[in-house]
Amino acid sequence: QNTRGLRSQLKDSVPVTGLCPQAGPYGVQDTLRRGFSSVKNELLPSHPLELSEKNFQLNQDKMNFNTLRNIQGLHAPLKLQMEYRAARQIQRLPFLPSSNLALDTLRGSDDTIGFEDILNDPVQCEMMGEPHIMTEYKFGLL
Amino acid sequence: MATVSVCQYQPRGFSFENCKRNALLEADSTKFGFNAPAARKTGTTICGIVFKDGVVLGADTRATEGMVVADKNCSKIHYISPNIYCCGAGTAADTEMTTQIISSNLELHSLTTSRLPRVATANRMLKQMLFRYQGYIGAALVLGGVDCTGPHLYSIYPHGSTDKLPYVTMGSGSLAAMAVFEDRFKPDMEEEEAKSLVRDAIAAGIFNDLGSGSNIDLCVITKGKVDYLRPHDVANNKGVRTGSYRYKRGTTGVLTKTVTPLNLEVVEESIQTMDTS
Repeated sequence: QNTRGLRSQLKDSVPVTGLCPQAGPYGVQDTLRRGFSSVKNELLPSHPLELSEKNFQLNQDKMNFNTLRNIQGLHAPLKLQMEYRAARQIQRLPFLPSSNLALDTLRGSDDTIGFEDILNDPVQCEMMGEPHIMTEYKFGLL
Repeated sequence: MATVSVCQYQPRGFSFENCKRNALLEADSTKFGFNAPAARKTGTTICGIVFKDGVVLGADTRATEGMVVADKNCSKIHYISPNIYCCGAGTAADTEMTTQIISSNLELHSLTTSRLPRVATANRMLKQMLFRYQGYIGAALVLGGVDCTGPHLYSIYPHGSTDKLPYVTMGSGSLAAMAVFEDRFKPDMEEEEAKSLVRDAIAAGIFNDLGSGSNIDLCVITKGKVDYLRPHDVANNKGVRTGSYRYKRGTTGVLTKTVTPLNLEVVEESIQTMDTS
């Protein structure tokens, strides 16, 4: 099939390796857990915004930490990153949605509303992961 | 057992799962013989001016879906905060959701700061959000309001650029409305003069642009008072028929008349109440 039959907006997308990191523990496609793979899926993002949206929070944090470092010195972002790491560890069981309240308060996103609060709200997700499999995966037993 | 939900968290916000499928469907639409549904746009005339005591925002009320009018009386002037209103052109859903999100954010912000929100804050929030989505959110906005620093008017484009000007127009009828503004705008007008100028600009857009039509809505914002005039002017009245095509009784002569009664027996009668809750 002609792969160039995709719409013109996809021509703006640059092929990116590692778009969907499908490598399992042995370095090849983990078909059991992630399903069948497709080279097209891995190389081209399906929407020009997909990459920037996936990394948006990370990039914002990086930018803010950089600015903070330039203004207040190295200790400020280091301390904050330690607090972020601690807050990120407060989670519920793997198959339940966590509120991430401490993390939101640290970031300041507890008093803002964006599309990530309205669309695909994990609280209203219709699918649930299989609890036993997910806890075993988290513990590395699977 | 190849459950996807084992390893991948559900991403919040926009999901791009169907983009490839949609692209393939659109590329093959001639083969399948159907067209993808067109988004409802507002194909609009919206405008705003700054006058002596505040700002006047105006909008038409037609929403189009391709070449068909989807809504003859939709409201394009959205509430952002008690002293700030925003007109929206472009994709109707995008303008609606964007203004609602910014309105909620501004409310939270003003509760945190215990101050009346400023128009510049709303402008900054809108442009940062629209730039983040690189123009894929098709919302062209005219933002106006009065805050502690005075009356302000901004126009915001879908890609995130903004202009702060005394008079702005957006939408498909923007050229017609801008022509009226360029001719008759003066700084520091009175309220009545400003309202009539905006009404004429929107009327120019309604009568000269196919994407705009129906009524004219106005919103006059001054310090401490907001007049939301909907509709301010019904420019397009549905025509009244001048003649009646009903025929009088006796136009057609009656030759014979036979009456056959249908005798029906009532076998059973039952009452079911509708669930009107």
